[in-house]
Amino acid sequence: MEAITVTKTKPKSKNVKKAGMKKDYIIMDKNTKAIVFGYQQRAIQRMLDFDYICKRNEPSVVAIVNPTRDGMHKCFWGTKEILIPMYRTLGEATKLYPNADFMVNFASFRSAYPTSKEALLSKSIRTVAIIAEGVPEQRTKELIKIAHEKNKWIIGPATVGGIAAGGFRIGNTAGMLDNIVASKLHRAGSVAYVSKSGGLSNELNNIIARNTDGVYEGVAIGGDRYPGSTFIDHMMRYEQNPDIKMMVLLGEVGGTDEYEVVEAMKKGRIKKPVVAWCIGTCSKVFPAEVQFGHAGARAGADRETADVKNKALKEVGAYVPTSFDDFDEQIKKAYTKLVKSGKHKPIPDVEPPSIPLDYAVALKQGVIRRPAQFISTISDDRGEELRYCGVKISDIFNEKWGLGGVIGLLWFKKNLPPWAREFIERVVLLTADHGPAVSGAHNSIIASRAGKDLISSLVSGLLTIGPRFGGAVQGSADHFTKYLYAGEEPNFMVKDMKSKNVNIQGIGHRIKSVTNPDVRVTIMVDFAKKNFPVTETLDYALEVEKLTTSKRNNLILNVDGCIGVLCCDMLRGIGYTREQVREFVDLGILNAFFVLGRSIGFMGHIMDQKRLKSRLYRHPWDDIEYIMPDKPEKVK
Amino acid sequence: MAQRGIREFDGKRMLAKYWSEYISKDFKFPGKIVLVDPKTKLDDLPKKYKWLKEEKLVVKPDQLFGKRGKHGLIKANATFDEAKKWIKERMNKDTKVGKVTDKLTHFIIEPFIPHKGEFYVAIKSNREGDTIYYSNHGGVDIESVWKTVAEIQIGVDENIDKLNIESKLPKDTPNEHKKMFAEFIKGLFKFYKELNYAYLEINPFVVTGKNIIPLDLVARLDDTGHFESSLKWGDITFPAPFGRRLSKEEEYIKIMDEKSGASLKLTVLNPKGRVWTMVAGGGGSVIYTDTIVDLGYRDELANYGEYSGNPTTDQTYEYAKTILDLMTREKDPKGRPKFLLVGGGIANFTDVAKTFAGITMALRDYKKKLKDVNVKIYVRRGGPNYQEGLRIMRDLGKELGVPIDVYGPETHMTRIVNMALGG
Repeated sequence: MEAITVTKTKPKSKNVKKAGMKKDYIIMDKNTKAIVFGYQQRAIQRMLDFDYICKRNEPSVVAIVNPTRDGMHKCFWGTKEILIPMYRTLGEATKLYPNADFMVNFASFRSAYPTSKEALLSKSIRTVAIIAEGVPEQRTKELIKIAHEKNKWIIGPATVGGIAAGGFRIGNTAGMLDNIVASKLHRAGSVAYVSKSGGLSNELNNIIARNTDGVYEGVAIGGDRYPGSTFIDHMMRYEQNPDIKMMVLLGEVGGTDEYEVVEAMKKGRIKKPVVAWCIGTCSKVFPAEVQFGHAGARAGADRETADVKNKALKEVGAYVPTSFDDFDEQIKKAYTKLVKSGKHKPIPDVEPPSIPLDYAVALKQGVIRRPAQFISTISDDRGEELRYCGVKISDIFNEKWGLGGVIGLLWFKKNLPPWAREFIERVVLLTADHGPAVSGAHNSIIASRAGKDLISSLVSGLLTIGPRFGGAVQGSADHFTKYLYAGEEPNFMVKDMKSKNVNIQGIGHRIKSVTNPDVRVTIMVDFAKKNFPVTETLDYALEVEKLTTSKRNNLILNVDGCIGVLCCDMLRGIGYTREQVREFVDLGILNAFFVLGRSIGFMGHIMDQKRLKSRLYRHPWDDIEYIMPDKPEKVK
Repeated sequence: MAQRGIREFDGKRMLAKYWSEYISKDFKFPGKIVLVDPKTKLDDLPKKYKWLKEEKLVVKPDQLFGKRGKHGLIKANATFDEAKKWIKERMNKDTKVGKVTDKLTHFIIEPFIPHKGEFYVAIKSNREGDTIYYSNHGGVDIESVWKTVAEIQIGVDENIDKLNIESKLPKDTPNEHKKMFAEFIKGLFKFYKELNYAYLEINPFVVTGKNIIPLDLVARLDDTGHFESSLKWGDITFPAPFGRRLSKEEEYIKIMDEKSGASLKLTVLNPKGRVWTMVAGGGGSVIYTDTIVDLGYRDELANYGEYSGNPTTDQTYEYAKTILDLMTREKDPKGRPKFLLVGGGIANFTDVAKTFAGITMALRDYKKKLKDVNVKIYVRRGGPNYQEGLRIMRDLGKELGVPIDVYGPETHMTRIVNMALGG
């Protein structure tokens, strides 16, 4: 039977032109320049911090590819800040940085395939590390084929990456800086490892650092069924690299990739000492199939069990412990033998330069403090759930706080009683609109018809709110509380205002009068009388109304005035002192109510005009009386 | 995220739906199949599926296990009433299949097809592409007739239309079927690739008149292909393997795991075991379990447990409580201590002290019970802020009066296994 097979090109061909002077067996070192795909700011900073403690002359990240934004990314280089250019496409980045031969790909599982493919097909990128978990197996297989054809490397998918000690760090590999220093990763040792799991690479760094002169390089090939590069690919590189004296392999139950290493050791293609262990020896005690964390880790046939793999590795001369518990001993044993044989002189330790603590980290540790520039006392978006003044958003709905309740929380920081919540909602409803002819609505309509967007049109309307339009709510609150709180009689207020030639805000209506009262006012006054604990401002205003209506029938307390004074009484009713009410009035709280309510109407008018497709408004000439002098007055 | 088995019903359902798109418009697979689950109203089925009353039927369980014939779990050549009775006798009943026992809950009903030849085809993913396996001797354990199987390897980006499949079929392929089979195999391969299958085996398929009918089908999907193929997959479920019936506690953790972005895993292996693990990290948890087994304490191992991916304090609290509850239900009959291993490797960026917060809350809740059943706790962990985390655990031991031994990265990861069990 004929089988059509793809030939594997292993080990990698010996002349990779693009790598320049770089040895074939080195895919990352202190000269590696990388492009990071995906705007992973923390990972980029971590790579740069690693570069810095390794005393690299230049940062390892030369460019960032961010499909949604280009420009510059600012980050730290030691204590200094530097800029790294950011491009929208990989094409631009590789064109400008042809010396970058490594791509750290943070693209999601959806876009990991097309972006990695583009990188592998580019002239300059030689190695792609794919971090994403969940890349479809078929897509990975396609990438593997391209990589083989182009003599390129893939690390991953589903990996943290890998690290060249003292040289280059893929993304987040090896964790925090203190851990990196504790594991001596800031300078190259002589032991190289390859592991399936990325999560265990920190532990490997630790074990190797404690039992040898440290890691030279470590790669986590990732937990997928078809890793872009396998154990043997990296171990053959390690075998060729004279700076690597021994290797550590951490395999896993499932798959048969470890047997390629067994084969290479048997054939003498790997001669350096290998310490190996495959995890998952416990799979035999599980009753039925249990899926471990990694996609590749399911024991099917006997050959795929950890026990059988460990045995096979041991038979070809690898140092294999009886359990992971002796893994450290075996590493130590292999290393000690190497040193005793005189084949290797331990590499001395180096003091790393210190990196200033990140502000965020220091803050978390409680070793620094700084006065905040901003204070917020009304809401908090951090944590599990958004909270308004301490109340979780889910409770706001469950407990039916309503619009009035929420305004109470965000404006007054109070859990308002039902009457206050209802009052606020009534104010919003009452002020929601007053027809298209009033200044604000008119402005909104004109702006909308001029083709402006909703927000601009809304703002155009809101800008008219002030002393003449909509300002009566604010004005009446101001006027009435000023005299009431000063202890003046209504009589005095009317006289005093008259003598100053100022109209009392909130008094007077074009049509409505004592005999033809405004139903809106009646409703609000009745509601307040029935529910408010305090109605002092309302009572005062009604006394004033008695005086003004005795002069003219239509000088009644109008709806704006009514809302103005009732708002003040509401504030008193929910526990504020007169002084505090005045503060609220001064900071414009009444306008806040009016703006909130009337925005509903303005937006309604704007949407109305948009739906009607109303055209640009131009005021007719005949409605403008043109009175123009023949010539301007001449200034001497 | 991996290759996951699907029901025979789902495989056949997709095949029937996309038959004309990928395989052929000339010969067909009518796709007469019905899935019965515990909620199915059997008496209502013939209204929707008229053929149930018109044809003789085959019924078998559809729960990801094979060799159903050998286990007496196929009812063939049955009327609908016989099939109904057969299902009712077995629905929700404990059934032993091989070494495992579980409830039968899902059955597939199809027409009974009298036939002559039985053929075998399978497609399996491998690193270099996919391999098609074909034999004219299907319907039996294929391993026993492996020398009759033709293997056709299709490279990763190879176009199957450019291959002469007909010429690669075994010599004993009936001449009258060769062309149709080649077309079927090509189409099946395209279907397999397009829908992100990782394994598809039809053993056997048969020929009736102009049609090809797959009688028995086993398949696995690559579930990471979800974003590419979910539309074509339709309403798909990935059932747990037969025999993996979850206990109440396991179910609880599984639901928590599914709802969370973090990973929380619990398998109870032996509730009477004395060694309980609560380990951070997928790899780490496997290693601890390995070590307990490898050091010869297999019979004492109570559970496999893992938490990772930054679970919230609430989640670790619930998780820890579940384990503590299980392990403190009864004393060891011989009065020996029980051990809780709160293990883990060196975390990358997770704040160790923070992840311990939920565990310490749970330990406080169980203070009395921990003492009652004589629990000794061993902690080993490294990573950001681990010193603080370890200090919290050490202080907690003093506070509760429960022995808690605490170690950091200077101690080999699994050494606490030996400290607990060896000493």
